[in-house]
Amino acid sequence: MLEIKGLKVKLEEEDKEIIKGVDLTVEPGSVHAIMGPNGSGKSTLSYVLSGRPGYVVTDGTATLDGENLLDLEPEERAALGLFLAFQYPVEIPGVGNMTFLRTAVNAQRKARGQEEMNATDFLKLIRAKAKDLKIDAEMLKRPVNVGFSGGEKKRNEILQMAMLEPKMCILDETDSGLDVDAMKLVADGVNALRDTGRGFLVITHYQRLLDHIVPDVVHIMSDGRIVKSGGPELAIEVEKNGYADLMGEVAA
Amino acid sequence: MSAQVQSKRAQLKQAKLTATEERLQGLSLPGGGVWATEARQAALARLREMGLPGRRDEYWKFTRPDTLIQEEVPLAEVFVHDESPVFDGIDRLRIVFVDGVFNAAESDPLDLAGVEIERLSDAAQADIHWAREVFGKLEARGQSPVERPLSSFNTAFAGDGILIRATGRAEKPVSLIYRHESETSDAMLHHVVRLEKGANLTLLENGPAAARLNKVLEVDIADGAAFHHVRAQGRDHQRRAVTHIFARLGADSVFKSFTLTVNGTLTRNECVVEFTGDDGAAHVAGACLGDGDFHHDDTVFITHDAVACESRQVFKKVLRNGATGVFQGKILVQPGAQKTDGYQKSQSLLLDDDSQFLAKPELEIYADDVACSHGSTSGAIDEEGLFYLRSRGIEEGPATDLLTLAFLAEAVEEIEDERLAEEITGRLEGWLARRRG
Ligand SMILES: Nc1ncnc2c1ncn2[C@@H]1O[C@H](COP(=O)(O)OP(=O)(O)OP(=O)(O)O)[C@@H](O)[C@H]1O
Ligand SMILES: [Mg+2]
Repeated sequence: MLEIKGLKVKLEEEDKEIIKGVDLTVEPGSVHAIMGPNGSGKSTLSYVLSGRPGYVVTDGTATLDGENLLDLEPEERAALGLFLAFQYPVEIPGVGNMTFLRTAVNAQRKARGQEEMNATDFLKLIRAKAKDLKIDAEMLKRPVNVGFSGGEKKRNEILQMAMLEPKMCILDETDSGLDVDAMKLVADGVNALRDTGRGFLVITHYQRLLDHIVPDVVHIMSDGRIVKSGGPELAIEVEKNGYADLMGEVAA
Repeated sequence: MSAQVQSKRAQLKQAKLTATEERLQGLSLPGGGVWATEARQAALARLREMGLPGRRDEYWKFTRPDTLIQEEVPLAEVFVHDESPVFDGIDRLRIVFVDGVFNAAESDPLDLAGVEIERLSDAAQADIHWAREVFGKLEARGQSPVERPLSSFNTAFAGDGILIRATGRAEKPVSLIYRHESETSDAMLHHVVRLEKGANLTLLENGPAAARLNKVLEVDIADGAAFHHVRAQGRDHQRRAVTHIFARLGADSVFKSFTLTVNGTLTRNECVVEFTGDDGAAHVAGACLGDGDFHHDDTVFITHDAVACESRQVFKKVLRNGATGVFQGKILVQPGAQKTDGYQKSQSLLLDDDSQFLAKPELEIYADDVACSHGSTSGAIDEEGLFYLRSRGIEEGPATDLLTLAFLAEAVEEIEDERLAEEITGRLEGWLARRRG
């Protein structure tokens, strides 16, 4: 479903290459995890896939179900079924969470030629999903992410994902800032969405999340490249020994 | 000050006075009984002493007054559209003016429980009238410390307008509807509102009014009374308007005024508020959307001359394609006006590099136990927020609109009545959606 080939990315503002040749294929129904040291380019990869301004793709391709993502506007990528749970969810003062989500859901439906969801159905749906994530009704009324705690912001990302039901979900450090119970909630939220047609790319620093969301493949990213891929045991190795050994291995 | 500077000033002033006399040539005061005539003559005398505003006046530094003053009215096409007028769904007493002239046939009967309503041109014929305590009186008080000659011009020559006296709680809003039908109409309207002790009234205003409008609204609010004002200035692109609100607040009284402005070549809205009794609250807010040939000026002056009064100013402007926004806002805290709570915020959202926002926020404080703050900012659309919305599937246009509405929301929230706030938000949404086509 998601297919990245020879992707190289530099910053628009300065001549600095961040992604230095990434190949990655996420099959439908599978969960891939990316781990890697700070600054290795994990978030940049997720941003480039979702179309954030400020980056220039100098080489390579990225497709979702055969469609070239890199030519599309961010909203078109979303309508195709790509979703990014942000590492740092953005606060939007003055825009109610509920209004935001309803606008988003209906914009995507419209883009796919589906009928808009009416207010009653939407309310029912969001209440149920919010309950699963222990997000109270008050939070839905508040402006998007404004005054939310770190953990609340992350849960709000998963709520959006649950409402939008994307095909390809990228989670950028959704576990950081979560307490143990919230991590469980988020993992349950993700697992509930797991099915044969949906792919996940989970960026994380901690093996703990991967206990709950068991990945099919784990990749290690370093300095803009995927330097090693393997099964879930790779994450355990990272947890135990850090990256130094792995990188040494690669260099050797 | 050197003698040279002084004589230069004197020369400028003399030139202004000469120009004013020229402009007044051939104008005559509207006819009326003693009280109105006295007030008009006094206003004319004030005007002759001050002179009409000139380009060199400090208070008109950001806005050119000439087209508001000159004899010839700049043409303003009548904007034809099929949108239903604002406030249409609100139960209210409708009073219609066409090109600045009261239209009885289109208006509701001027009957409303708890309220007396009269046309100025009728009331002016009487020799005594309750309005004599207010008409031209609040305007006169408002000439110091800053002169507002166009309002004296209005008091002297405005023949039409509405006088409203509320003695209790008005059962529905009084709504002034200003139609524009002639592309050369030059309207002067003068309204007077008096709220007796404990009274409660909502006044609505909407419509472009005329090619050029000079309007004064004097509001005298007795102890414990509350006045709510929501207006939507008409969408006609070429219209020009100078408006003044003069409000005097008694103890424990409330004054809340909100203005929506979309389009219009030139708009200058002055609001002059004076607290004369303790524990009053005055909120003045405005939201404006300007595209292209648009110059919008909010000039606010709030005088705290009583204890423990609260004033809030919240002004938001969205500007693009070379539109200009101006904000001049002052909070003056007189000696003894302790426990004053003064707040002022003026912000612009510039949607491109061609547009500009000129702001002059001022505080002048002569009491020591006060809390006053002001902030003025200019900014562009938040790129992070925009990407976040787009990444959820919302197209760039609607996403920009959402952020724009969010920016304006703080001003709209100053409207207490939720239905009225919704009406205004609906207008803003409509305007933004139409711009996207
Ligand atoms: N807009 C930018 N301007 C300057 N440097 C940038 C920009 N975006 C990314 N970088 C740099 O690119 C590198 C990769 O950053 P990125 O955020 O992708 O790392 P990461 O792997 O997500 O790190 P972390 O684990 O800390 O979240 C870093 O050195 C970062 O400073
Ligand atoms: Mg990151």
